Amino acid sequence: MLVLDRVGKTYPNGVHALEGISFSVAPGEIVAIVGGSGCGKSTLLRLVSGLDHPTQGAVILDEERVTAPHEKIGIVFQEPRLLPWLTVAGNVGFGLADRPKAEREARVADALDRVGLADKAKVWPRELSGGQAQRVAIARALVPRPEVLLLDEPFSALDAFTRIDLQDHLLSLWADLKPTLVIVTHDVEEAIVLADRIIVMRPRPGRVFAEIEADLARPRDRQSAAFDSVKRRVLAALDRSLDRSVVTDDGETQATAGAALWW
Amino acid sequence: MSVVPMTATAEQSAQSATTREPRLRRLNGLARPALGLILPVGVAVLWELAVRFGLSDGRLVPPPSVIFETFAELARTGELQRHASTTLARVAAGFGFGVAAGTVLGAITGYSSLASRLLDPTLQALRAIPSIAWVPLFILWLGIFEESKVALIAVGVFFPVYLGVMGAIHSVDRKLVEVGRVFRLSDAAMVRRILLPAVLPSYVIALRSGLGLGWMFVVAAEFMGASEGLGFLLVDGQQLGKPAQIVAAIVAFAIIGKTTDWIIAAIAAPFLRWEDVVRRD
Repeated sequence: MLVLDRVGKTYPNGVHALEGISFSVAPGEIVAIVGGSGCGKSTLLRLVSGLDHPTQGAVILDEERVTAPHEKIGIVFQEPRLLPWLTVAGNVGFGLADRPKAEREARVADALDRVGLADKAKVWPRELSGGQAQRVAIARALVPRPEVLLLDEPFSALDAFTRIDLQDHLLSLWADLKPTLVIVTHDVEEAIVLADRIIVMRPRPGRVFAEIEADLARPRDRQSAAFDSVKRRVLAALDRSLDRSVVTDDGETQATAGAALWW
Repeated sequence: MSVVPMTATAEQSAQSATTREPRLRRLNGLARPALGLILPVGVAVLWELAVRFGLSDGRLVPPPSVIFETFAELARTGELQRHASTTLARVAAGFGFGVAAGTVLGAITGYSSLASRLLDPTLQALRAIPSIAWVPLFILWLGIFEESKVALIAVGVFFPVYLGVMGAIHSVDRKLVEVGRVFRLSDAAMVRRILLPAVLPSYVIALRSGLGLGWMFVVAAEFMGASEGLGFLLVDGQQLGKPAQIVAAIVAFAIIGKTTDWIIAAIAAPFLRWEDVVRRD
């Protein structure tokens, strides 16, 4: 169980990035964090990963406070961040340096097989496409079998087709290994395709504005009415989070025209 | 180091390679380097002919055949080997000291901003001094024999290595260091698995430019009074009016200098195969 307890972050220069963020994520759950730019969602993910430290509150994983990068927590960044001097197999096995060679090789081969890149094991990272490189990054993060995998806008640099491909890929990996996933994204559709629950943040300082359950059967159909209804609720919440909403006659809050394009 | 620009360059280079392909294929692997030989060989042949046909006496500018004879003569008597090995030993010693000091100080100032603020201004000021200006002082301090020569070469080698190492450490991608942190690398593992491989390409370049300066400074060092060495052959050739000997020594410098540079490049090559370079050919 991953718990954020009133987490806040104020930078030494006085910038108040996050305030009073509390939520918990059950084992195996997928949570997406969405919000306008500058709402501190990436900062929040860095605090959970242990790369940065909260100035208030605490991040707690299985009753243990996270103060530094933790073996149970993996992270995938927006860029693949592959080490260019290691082959694909070397990158995937990077976190297994202390394991015996045979075990390492078996687990790397297995991980590459899972992300469909078994034939690229001996290739240099520069020879990969953007989507392939990000799949290697996901394999590298999953190989140490983390309980929690954090993803910071992992597919935002990819084209639309590759992005949908990788979303499906991530879900099939999740179905096999059932790690907890916390994914930061600015793509509402991506959030709904992936997550059980969507946390909408509002900026200055970053706070949790709304939590929306996406109680949809998997695999999710992007065209379905249920999908669309969740999407409208998330967009409306996003809009309200920035005070840009309109209220319709029947009292329902609706996204202003064009807001959907904005995110 | 995001993947997007990397693949973009790869694609670009692949593209330009295909457009240039037909023209390059006609000049096959052996013929292309030969292109660069046309000018020097042409000039040499012309000069040789000019002297043969009596258009010049070739006394101050000896023709290639005379230079070759002198070179062969020096090699046969063992003179060339003796002088070359003396020079090589001086460069090796100076290069060793210069690289050691440059690497250590460059690593310290690159790693710690306190050390950088403390040491770098002084080192930069020293760098502004033309290194030859140290010669009189080195002679006073270390005498006229090997020590002062090695010291001068070491000073020449030091600065490019120092600057190269410091700059390389400064420019290590913070994002890759973070990958190391995510995998909880110890400080030693961080250096070995992230920092060293990341700085290696610039380090090799720094070593090669350091070596180049080492060869430059060994000549200066041997000018300041040596009884042995290729630099001595130069001075000796000047004083005895033997231009062929001077050119022979220059040729020896060129051959040995290029060979040592090639050795560094060849040793480093297997470790740098990953580099995303746009090849010229």
